[in-house]
Amino acid sequence: MDYQPALLDLLYKMADDQFILGHRNSEWTGIGPILEEDIAFSSMAQDKLGHSLALYQLLHELGEAEPDTLAFMRNASQFHCCHLVELPIGEYEFSLIRHFLFDHAELLRFEALSQSTYEPLAKVAVKLKSELKYHVLHANTMIRQLGTATPESIERLQNALMNAWPYALGIFEESKWEEKLIAAHLFTGEIKLKQEWLDKIKTILAQTNLKLPDAATVNPALGGRVGKHTSFLQPLLDEMTEVYKIDPSAEW
Amino acid sequence: MWTSEQIWTWLEEVKDPEIPVLSLVDLGVITQVKINEKGKVNIVLTPTFAGCPAMAYMKKAVEESLQEHGISDFKVTLSFDQPWNSNRISEKGKKALQQFGLAPPPSYDRILDLEILEQAICPHCQSTNTTLRTPFGPTLCRSMHFCHNCHQSFEQFKPV
Repeated sequence: MDYQPALLDLLYKMADDQFILGHRNSEWTGIGPILEEDIAFSSMAQDKLGHSLALYQLLHELGEAEPDTLAFMRNASQFHCCHLVELPIGEYEFSLIRHFLFDHAELLRFEALSQSTYEPLAKVAVKLKSELKYHVLHANTMIRQLGTATPESIERLQNALMNAWPYALGIFEESKWEEKLIAAHLFTGEIKLKQEWLDKIKTILAQTNLKLPDAATVNPALGGRVGKHTSFLQPLLDEMTEVYKIDPSAEW
Repeated sequence: MWTSEQIWTWLEEVKDPEIPVLSLVDLGVITQVKINEKGKVNIVLTPTFAGCPAMAYMKKAVEESLQEHGISDFKVTLSFDQPWNSNRISEKGKKALQQFGLAPPPSYDRILDLEILEQAICPHCQSTNTTLRTPFGPTLCRSMHFCHNCHQSFEQFKPV
């Protein structure tokens, strides 16, 4: 299988995105601004950890290590997540905007992957996209409400959107395998995905008082896909693996 | 020896740990029961939600049920080959959910339009005058709603 390295790269970046954002979302458990949002972020965290497990499992079936080992025994430079998911949760409006920008991209990604010629991935994608619909529904509802509510809510969201924007563009960092993935119909590619995503984001934002930042003149935050991360990732990994590393052989 | 029909019957006794009135068969998570020529039983389960923490428990419960019926040569696996969706819940299962106080997921034809979430039927008074409060609830598979007729909150098993 000469497309194996390309496939591994694709699976790693998706699995790591889900895993890291899943953990970040879980940081809202118990401190959400209202009960429903606390539950929503906690539920999405749980979903995302499940999604990362399904993807790490696909990697394991291709000869990589066990899911727990992949999740808990790598250091930051071995992770392929984009910078957007690594950033601290910040104020609620930042987490909400991140969730809105990221989950729209994920839903489109898994819709595309449900047509992948790599059948095990296509089957997982069918499942995950059905769950991601709820994440997007939630994001759209909150963005529409708060994006038209008060001057303060609109200003806060607009600032969060401007801050998150370069990082959101970094989701679509191309890999060196891009042409191979497209030629083998494993995936439709990051450029096409980004265009579809911009169209969706634009449609929702047009229903609010929020302004879409320029995608052409802003430099995307790149490097995450090749193991170059923000200073936030390693401390996060240290924290989330602290208990596991005390005794990796422990039975739970 | 045993037949796959017998095994399906036994598995009706294995219940969802979070909804004890609903069997795994009616929930639709068992996608295959096969017995090979050597008598080995192969059972395939598919998760309701990829992150459902009850799946490991369900797998163990199926294994224990097989052992209780004297089967020792078996394999229970989790797979996405036939992904679960809420249309897989049987009519009997939907009735059980409603009696449990949980609105059953509405059936849909091929493509799920999430607008049907707004049309949840109150499991207490059968009113359709209800509002979706949030698509996330106490477990991954439940959304939360409010009934304007009997003024009660209720949960629905989410359509996916």
